[in-house]
Amino acid sequence: MAQPEMTSLERVLTTLRHREPDRAPLFLLLTMHGAKELGISIKDYFSKAENVVEGQLRLRARYGHDCIYTFFYAPVEIEAWGGEVLFFDDGPPNSGAPFIRSPEDIGRLEPPDIKAAPCLLKVLRAIEMLKGKVGDEVPIIGVVMSPFSLPVMQMGFAGYIELMHEQPEFFSRLMRLNEEFCVEWANAQLEAGATAICYFDPVSSTTIVPREMYLKTGFVIAKRTLARIKGPTATHLASGRCLPVLEEIAQTGTAVIGVSAEEDLLELKKVAGGKLTLLGNLNGIEMRRWTSEQAENAVKNAIAKAGPGGGFILSDNHGEIPWQVTEEVLLVISETARKWGGYPLKWTKDYAGS
Amino acid sequence: MSDFVRIREEFEQALLLVNRVSALNVMRKAIGTSPAIEVVEQVVVPVMEKIGAGWERGSIALSQIYMSGRICEELVDGILPPGSPVRGKDQPKMAIAVLEDYHMLGKRIVYSSLRAGGFELQNFGRTEVDDLVGRVKREGIEVLLISTLMLRSALLVKQVKAKLVESGSDVKVVVGGAPFRLDDQLWKDVGADGTGRTASEALTIVSEVIGGIGWPSLK
Repeated sequence: MAQPEMTSLERVLTTLRHREPDRAPLFLLLTMHGAKELGISIKDYFSKAENVVEGQLRLRARYGHDCIYTFFYAPVEIEAWGGEVLFFDDGPPNSGAPFIRSPEDIGRLEPPDIKAAPCLLKVLRAIEMLKGKVGDEVPIIGVVMSPFSLPVMQMGFAGYIELMHEQPEFFSRLMRLNEEFCVEWANAQLEAGATAICYFDPVSSTTIVPREMYLKTGFVIAKRTLARIKGPTATHLASGRCLPVLEEIAQTGTAVIGVSAEEDLLELKKVAGGKLTLLGNLNGIEMRRWTSEQAENAVKNAIAKAGPGGGFILSDNHGEIPWQVTEEVLLVISETARKWGGYPLKWTKDYAGS
Repeated sequence: MSDFVRIREEFEQALLLVNRVSALNVMRKAIGTSPAIEVVEQVVVPVMEKIGAGWERGSIALSQIYMSGRICEELVDGILPPGSPVRGKDQPKMAIAVLEDYHMLGKRIVYSSLRAGGFELQNFGRTEVDDLVGRVKREGIEVLLISTLMLRSALLVKQVKAKLVESGSDVKVVVGGAPFRLDDQLWKDVGADGTGRTASEALTIVSEVIGGIGWPSLK
């Protein structure tokens, strides 16, 4: 028998307890699409907290998904550190040239003061206003870059990998600076009204560093950092693989793991079951060209594999849906998530996949 | 005759542990008994390909590929210095570029892999569409490799290709990067002539593309 309809927050909390809610929660992690809703450029959209508040509310009204996502853009933290942000008309803002140009620069670096960073204050203001609008009906998901992954934008990927292998002292100092900033930034968002913090940590993925390196670095840093964040956290590896380190990720204190389209939800669920809620793993890159039938099949496959027993939130695999994904596809995802996501998932017993 | 099987195993281990000294020692031993170009072909190239295949399977990480590529590039530069008569012999003019992003890792890995495989290519660094098209024409580039991280940048390849075709260029465009890995149709959508899922596949793909324009590959 179908359960009475839950609020989005109740739905999410139930699945986080590894129990079956009324239906599988859907997180459409939409950022730039708010600009489409308001008919303004991406740069203008992110220039005011009010725009993002209006955009998020309209997106939720249109698609009926189960979260408010206060992620502006990945390099908003880089902006606070004094780096450059490049805006485009048809894609996410990107970080400009790295501001750490040599390991020696790390010795002179100091983390930014959140209260003196207009770009961060704008995010906090958006969270406060959204909390005032939605109350406890729907979770508000704030975002931080992990201390271990932020250096990709601070100093470039190649320079960072070399630092990790060849300059342990500068690496340690950078991690200490980033940890302090990350904890303060996460807690400021929680104080502003965020329900939980998404801890983006793609460098901890085994796509990027081997398991042995993760255990010495990203794992230890995540344990230390998450322990100081005063609220629930979800770790997201932004399309990177996690299966070889999934047990360890569960030990970092996170409740959720955002998983890749390159890994099988069934295999992930076997390891994560009862310990971590899986968030994913619709392929955001392919999504731009999906037909309605392909979108529905993708939704059904994901729910069939990871939905039974709860501990699953349907979402994309990267943590941000590309600008090129159409309203039509998003509506199909939203409608089919309701159609096939209702518990109990009896249909999945005979479902062989598409 | 060298025992290339054993040498390859030792070399692979040294690279995966990011042990430059050990990799150099293995290389020195190999060069003591075989010509440099043969060591590149029989040791460096197959080991880089094997490491790349490991990434594709999920058993090897990108950081290991990057550091392996850097070590191999340094070692091959030592035994086949730029300008060496056997390096890049008769190859077409090649260049590699990143479109718009500041994420250079993929490009750096492919650049190192190709140079470690004995090819020569120009490094255009970060470029934008018109700048890239202009440089390709001015330099007479025949094979252009483009690396992207963001979907938006990947879609810009279509403009690059269209502008090159419009200008009468028959340059072969090979693309790579995360968007092309996650959507195996994307390279065709943007009009590229080839793509690789891993950086080390660049060696094979460039050889294939070059084969198509009448240049014999190294292997």
